[in-house]
Amino acid sequence: MKEKLVLVGNGMAGMRTVEELLTIAPDKFDITVFGAEPHGNYNRILLSPVLAGEKTIDQIMINDLDWYAERGITLHIGQDIVEIHRARREVKSADGTVAPYDRLLLATGSNPFILPIPGNDLPGVIGFRDIRDVETMLAAARTGKNAVVIGGGLLGLEAANGLMKQGMQVTVVHVLDTLMERQLDPVAADMLRVNLEERGLRFLMGAQTAALLGEERVRAVRFKDGLEISTDLVVMAVGIRPNIDLAKKVGIYCERGIVVNDTMQTYDPKVYAVGECVQHRGQCYGLVAPLWEQAKVCANHLARYGIGRYQGSVTSTKLKVTGIDLFSAGSFNGGPGCEEIVLRDPARGVYKKLVVRENRVQGAVLYGDTVDGSWYFQLLREGTDIGAFRETVLFGHAHMADSGRDGFSVMTMADDAEICGCNGVCKGAITKAIAEKKLFTLDEVRAHTKASASCGSCTGLVEQLLAATVGTIGKTPAEKPMCKCTEHSHDMVRTAIREQHLTSLARIFEALNWKNPDGCHSCRPALNYYLISTWPSEAKDDQQSRFINERVHANIQKDGTYSVVPRMWGGLTNPQELRAIADVADKFQIPTVKVTGGQRIDLLGVKKEDLPKVWADLNAAGMVSGHAYGKSLRTVKTCVGTDWCRFGTQDSTGLGVKLEKMTWGSWTPHKFKMAVSGCPRNCAEATIKDFGVVCVESGYEIHVGGNGGIKIRGTDLLCKLATEAEVKEYCCAFMQLYREEGRYLERTAPWIERVGLSYVKSRIVEDEENRQALCARFLESQQYAQIDPWAERAGGRVDAHEFQPLQRVG
Amino acid sequence: MYDWHEIGAIDDIPRLGSRVVQTPHGDVAVFRTADDQVFALRDRCPHKGGPLSQGIVHGHRITCPLHNWVLELESGQAVAPDVGCATHYPVRLEDGRLWLGLNNVLSLPTAAPAIA
Ligand SMILES: Cc1cc2nc3c(=O)[nH]c(=O)nc-3n(C[C@H](O)[C@H](O)[C@H](O)COP(=O)(O)OP(=O)(O)OC[C@H]3O[C@@H](n4cnc5c(N)ncnc54)[C@H](O)[C@@H]3O)c2cc1C
Ligand code: HEM
Ligand code: SF4
Ligand code: FES
Repeated sequence: MKEKLVLVGNGMAGMRTVEELLTIAPDKFDITVFGAEPHGNYNRILLSPVLAGEKTIDQIMINDLDWYAERGITLHIGQDIVEIHRARREVKSADGTVAPYDRLLLATGSNPFILPIPGNDLPGVIGFRDIRDVETMLAAARTGKNAVVIGGGLLGLEAANGLMKQGMQVTVVHVLDTLMERQLDPVAADMLRVNLEERGLRFLMGAQTAALLGEERVRAVRFKDGLEISTDLVVMAVGIRPNIDLAKKVGIYCERGIVVNDTMQTYDPKVYAVGECVQHRGQCYGLVAPLWEQAKVCANHLARYGIGRYQGSVTSTKLKVTGIDLFSAGSFNGGPGCEEIVLRDPARGVYKKLVVRENRVQGAVLYGDTVDGSWYFQLLREGTDIGAFRETVLFGHAHMADSGRDGFSVMTMADDAEICGCNGVCKGAITKAIAEKKLFTLDEVRAHTKASASCGSCTGLVEQLLAATVGTIGKTPAEKPMCKCTEHSHDMVRTAIREQHLTSLARIFEALNWKNPDGCHSCRPALNYYLISTWPSEAKDDQQSRFINERVHANIQKDGTYSVVPRMWGGLTNPQELRAIADVADKFQIPTVKVTGGQRIDLLGVKKEDLPKVWADLNAAGMVSGHAYGKSLRTVKTCVGTDWCRFGTQDSTGLGVKLEKMTWGSWTPHKFKMAVSGCPRNCAEATIKDFGVVCVESGYEIHVGGNGGIKIRGTDLLCKLATEAEVKEYCCAFMQLYREEGRYLERTAPWIERVGLSYVKSRIVEDEENRQALCARFLESQQYAQIDPWAERAGGRVDAHEFQPLQRVG
Repeated sequence: MYDWHEIGAIDDIPRLGSRVVQTPHGDVAVFRTADDQVFALRDRCPHKGGPLSQGIVHGHRITCPLHNWVLELESGQAVAPDVGCATHYPVRLEDGRLWLGLNNVLSLPTAAPAIA
C-alpha cells in the first residue's frame, strides 16, 4: 500500500514540494491537499500585475483543478485544517473531513500583519495576500475614489501602484522617512519616491497611524499628529507574520515560525514544514526563492532520496512595478570595513551601488538599470574576489566581455545559478532545454521551462543564454535568424530581395535556400510584406501568406466571428454614415457596436459569410475599409482644432483628414497610428502615436515613435515645421523609411530605439534630397495600395472562396 | 465506418489554403498543401476552439489563427510543446474531385463543446 501524504496549505511552497516529489517519486504517496482558499494553486507574486490590470487570474494559475485530478491527488479546496491528532496521525478540517497521514506537510504561509489600532476590523480594511484581497480592491476601485496604503515596502508599493492603475487616488503612508528601507539605501529610495510621485502616487512619510474611522465601513484615517484623510479603502502592508496558529495549537514547537531542521522536519519528525510559515536556523523568509530550495530538499527527504540539506538562502528583491527597474540584494548599508562603489547617472535615472568588503560583494542596490542584478547576486553568493575588475564592475558584465577580458558573461554563471526568480528556474535547466529541445526563440524557452514567463524581469538574461547556447550548437548567427526556416536575419533577407531583385516567395525560397519548401506561419507574412513593400508594382500580394485578418479584411474574434470597422476620415462622420451603420447592424443582427480608441465605430460579431454583404452596404453609403485589422495605416485621430475649439491654433481636423487620405491603404511592418492635436493640450494624444502632429501658433511639431500598447513610449520630437505641405512630405518620408527599414512586426518605437533618433533625423530632416526620394517612393507605392479591399470583395470579384463554405453535407 | 461525400474539385481550394465543409456535426476544414495533397480536420483548434480553416498552411502543417498553435494535418496532433489533437478525416482525390469520409453518425461527437 502506498503511504499517505497530507499537505496543509495549497500555496506556492507546499505545491512546489508536491511537484518536486511527483517528478522524483511519482508512485510513493497517496497525496491529499487541503487549501483554505477556494482555488487551485496560483502564483501569488503575480497578484500585483493582476491588480494593475496587466494579467488575469487565469494567467496566474499554476495548477488548475484538473491538474490535481489527472495526477490522482485528492484536493479539498476552501477547507481549513483546524485539528491535527498527532497520535492518531489524522488531520481534521473545519467541516469535519478527516484524513489520515503517514507524513504531514505544513505549508500554511503567512498572514498580513494588521496594526493593533482602533477600527482595524472595519469593512474596507484589508491586507494584500490573496485573490480575495485583490477582488476586494478591484471592487473598491470600481465604486470608490480614494485609497490609503499603510506601509511603504515592496508589497505596499505594488498595491499602491495597482490601485492607481485602477483609477484610484492613492496615498501611501510610511512610518519612516525612506521607502523600502529594508532593501534600499536613502538615495535609491528617494529616486523611487520621486518617480512614483511623478506617476501620481502621494506619500505621507514619517506618519504614524492612530486610528481608522468609520461606522459601517472605513471612511478616514487619523494620524498621531492630528491629520485626518478620507478614504474608501485601507490596505495594510506593514509586514507579514508566519501562520503558525495550527502548529502551535497541536504542540509542534514554534518560535516566530514553525522551527525546522535542515531536512525541513519539525520537532515531530513525521511532520514537515516549508515556506513562509517556517523558521530555519533562526531565519524566516518572505520571498519565493528560498521556498524553491526548501521544496527540493523536503521532496528529496520525503522520497527517501539521500540527505539533501537546506542551509538557508541569501535573497534578492525586485519591485514589480511596470516601468521601474529596481534590484536589491544582501546588505547595502555597509558596516565596519566596508566600502561603497557607486555610479550615478541622473540624466538616465540610473543609480548603482555595490557594498564591498575585502574585494567581495556584500550587497547591491540597482535603480534604473538592473540588467546586471543577477550577476552581482552571483558574485555575492559565491564570494568571488572582484579585485581584478573592480574599476569596471559597475559597467556590468556585458562591458567585461566587450573589453576582451573574457570570463564574465551569463555563460560563466554556474549551472545552478537562478535565472528566473518567479518560477525558480536555474541556468542549467534553461541551457539544457535549449540544447536538447533545440529551442530557438524566447517563446519556446518560456513554453518549455517557464523561465521569463511570469514577471519578465529576467527576459534579458534568458535572451543572452539563448544567444550564447544556440551559438555553441551551430554556427554563431550574426543576427537572429528570421525563423526556423532559415539562417538569414530579417535585414539580410531584405537586402537580398532588393539586391537580387527577388519578386516572389518562390524565388526567395530558392535563392536563399529556405529549409522548409513553403516556409512557415512566421516567415511567410514577413516575406510577403518585404516583397510588396520593395517591389510594389511587381510583386503579387500572396493571400495565403497573410494572416487571416489581412486575408479577409476583418478582425477575427475569439469565437471565430469577425469585426468590421469602416474608415472615418480623421474621425469625422455624418448622419448618413451613422444611419448606414445602424442599418447594417440591424440587418445582420450584429451583437455589439462599439466606439474604438482610434475614433472609429466597430461592429463586432459579424459572421464570415455576411462580411461581403456588410461591406456592400457600407460601400453603398460611401465608406471603405478602415484597415483596423492590418499591419498598415490604422487611423488618424484628430481633435476639433480651430474649427471649434477656443484653444485651437491650426486646423487639426482638416490636416488629419488630409494625412489619412494620403496614407490609407499602405502596408507597414507593424500597425501605424497617427494623430493631430490642435494645440499642446494634445487632446488627440499625438505623443503616443507612431506619427503625431501637435499644432502650435507658429506651425507644427512633428513627433515620432510613440506607442500606447503594453510598453508605453512617449514620442521623440523629430522637428518643427511651418506648413501643412511640409507636414505631408515629412509624414510620407517617415512612413517610407520605416516601411523600408523597420523589421516585420517591429513597431516604430522599438525601431527608433534600435536605429536611434539621430539616424532618423539624418535621413529625413537633414537630408532634403533623401526625404524627397523617400516621399516619392511612398506615393508611387500608394498607387498600387489605395484600392478598397472591401469593394473588391463585396462584388465577389476577389477571393469569393474565402467567404463561402466549400460544401454542405448531410 | 465511413460515409463518403463528394465535396467539390481540388481547384476550389487555393494552394496553401483551406475551405470549410459544413456537416451536421460541425464544420470540417479541408486543406490543400503546396504539393497538392488534401487533408481534413475538424475546424476547431484543440486549444481554445479557434477555426483552423482560417490559419496559415505550411508544409503539412496548419497554424491556428488565434494563438499560433501548430497542428499536423495528417494526424491532427499539436506540435510540441503544445499537447492536443483535432479529429482528422480521410479525403480521397479521384479525377480531380474530392471525397470526404465522415464517420457514421453514431460514432461522431454529438455536440460541439462551447468555446472556452
Ligand atoms: C502581492 C504579493 C506579491 C509578492 N511578490 C513577491 C515577489 O515579487 N518576489 C518574491 O520572491 N516573493 C513575493 N511575494 C511573496 C511570496 O508570494 C510568498 O513568499 C510565497 O507565496 C509563500 O509561499 P507559501 O507556500 O509559504 O505561502 P502561501 O503561498 O501563502 O500558501 C499558504 C496557503 O496555505 C493556506 N492555509 C493556511 N492555513 C491553512 C489551514 N489551516 N488549512 C488549509 N490551508 C491553509 C493559505 O490559505 C494559503 O493558500 C509576494 C507576495 C504577495 C502577497
Ligand atoms: C525519552 C522518552 C521519549 C522520547 C524521546 C519519545 C520520542 C517520540 C518521538 C520522536 C515520537 C514521534 C515518532 C514518530 O512520529 O515516528 C514519539 C511518538 C509517540 N510517543 Fe513518544 N517518546 C518518549 C516517551 C514516550 C512515552 C513515555 C509515551 C507514552 C506513555 C510515548 C507515547 C508516544 C506516542 C503515543 C507517540 C505517537 C506514535 C505515533 O505517531 O504513531 N512516548 N515519541
Ligand atoms: S488639442 Fe487643443 S485645440 Fe485640440 S481640442 Fe484640445 S485644447 Fe482644443
Ligand atoms: S485556439 Fe488555436 S491556438 Fe488557441
